[in-house]
Amino acid sequence: MAVNFTLLMFGVGLFAGTLGAILGIGGGMIITPIITLSLGLDIKYAIGASIIAVIATSSGATIAFLKDDVLNLRVAMFLEIATTIGAVIGAILTGLISTRFLYFLFGSLLIFSSYNMYRKLRKNDEVYHSSTPDKLATKFKLNGSYYDKNLKKQVDYQVKHIPAGLSIMFGAGLASGMLGIGSGAFKVMAMDNAMHIPLKPSTATSNLMMGVTAAASATVYFFNGSVRPDIAVPLALGILVGAPIGSRIMQHLPAKTIRLIFIPLLLFLGLKMALKSFGVVF
Amino acid sequence: MNQQKQNQQLDKEMHDVEIVIGQIMRVGVIIAATFMIIGFIILLITHTGGYPGNHFPTTLKAIFTGLFHGKAYAFMMFGIFCLILTPVLRVIISIYAFLKEKDYLYVGITTLVLVILIISFILGHR
Repeated sequence: MAVNFTLLMFGVGLFAGTLGAILGIGGGMIITPIITLSLGLDIKYAIGASIIAVIATSSGATIAFLKDDVLNLRVAMFLEIATTIGAVIGAILTGLISTRFLYFLFGSLLIFSSYNMYRKLRKNDEVYHSSTPDKLATKFKLNGSYYDKNLKKQVDYQVKHIPAGLSIMFGAGLASGMLGIGSGAFKVMAMDNAMHIPLKPSTATSNLMMGVTAAASATVYFFNGSVRPDIAVPLALGILVGAPIGSRIMQHLPAKTIRLIFIPLLLFLGLKMALKSFGVVF
Repeated sequence: MNQQKQNQQLDKEMHDVEIVIGQIMRVGVIIAATFMIIGFIILLITHTGGYPGNHFPTTLKAIFTGLFHGKAYAFMMFGIFCLILTPVLRVIISIYAFLKEKDYLYVGITTLVLVILIISFILGHR
């Protein structure tokens, strides 16, 4: 195995892990093109490496803090029900629903959510006013509070629109089950856009969730030989170094900055998916 | 109980839960990384994964056999396998933690997540 190749994988992991932990997304969209386009390896190994990358980002971000004040464990587990059920159904339905339709649907959703994020950015709407508590949110103890290291104050928030959030999470699970794509972006979208959870708890909670979702399908890829140790190990080690760093950086960044990185990324990913349904691949 | 008081109590409960989870997660990730690094060091020293050509072990049996023979790829694959288990570990210790703080609603919710995970695991191996 070439040393250069290993160093490249480690470097990619370091970058993808840091960025992924800041945004609450897996690094699939960074890793897959590098492995398939730059290295010319089979897409099968890219998917195998990506799924390991998602888990490494998730677990790596987790260990940055012994006690993570920002993530909301109850929201994570509550929503994880919808995501995992979606993933199971997606796996069963593979082939029944047109993937072109799904790519178009989810691509459009991402474009729409990047527009929503842009609106929030323009309105400077990072303030979370505690309005009347949502009945479902109270019943399931979803409302939370975290210490924002950038604002240097405790932020209390009320979670809203639980059914909408659950639906998007179900869709995110469906997408990852049927299309084999990561669903971190959808998770952040559901929490930030639909459920009115502040951006930082949204990305931190998404980080936790995407590891759990990925673990289920990862064993499949692991045992069918898609996970190559010479690719996955340097990548995972790079991520395990990068993700805790990203996780720490995230807590100190202004939410606005995180949003600024997010908007073009969502737009790019959305366009990529939507155009894929018309056979345009880039 | 008013809302604020209830929230404060919840916060304290979550505090204890998350410290336990944090410690166990760190141990899990360190174990995974250690196996990957050991495998990688063997690879650097021996210049071979321990298997002919581009092959690597994909069954647990082959991985364990390889571990006893000190094969690089066996250690690396075992490290990856441990890493895959860390999120599952997280779900399991969360159930325990919720149980400890007597939040039976979330014991149920988290157990349901684990059950669905196991179902998807089984479905994936058909």
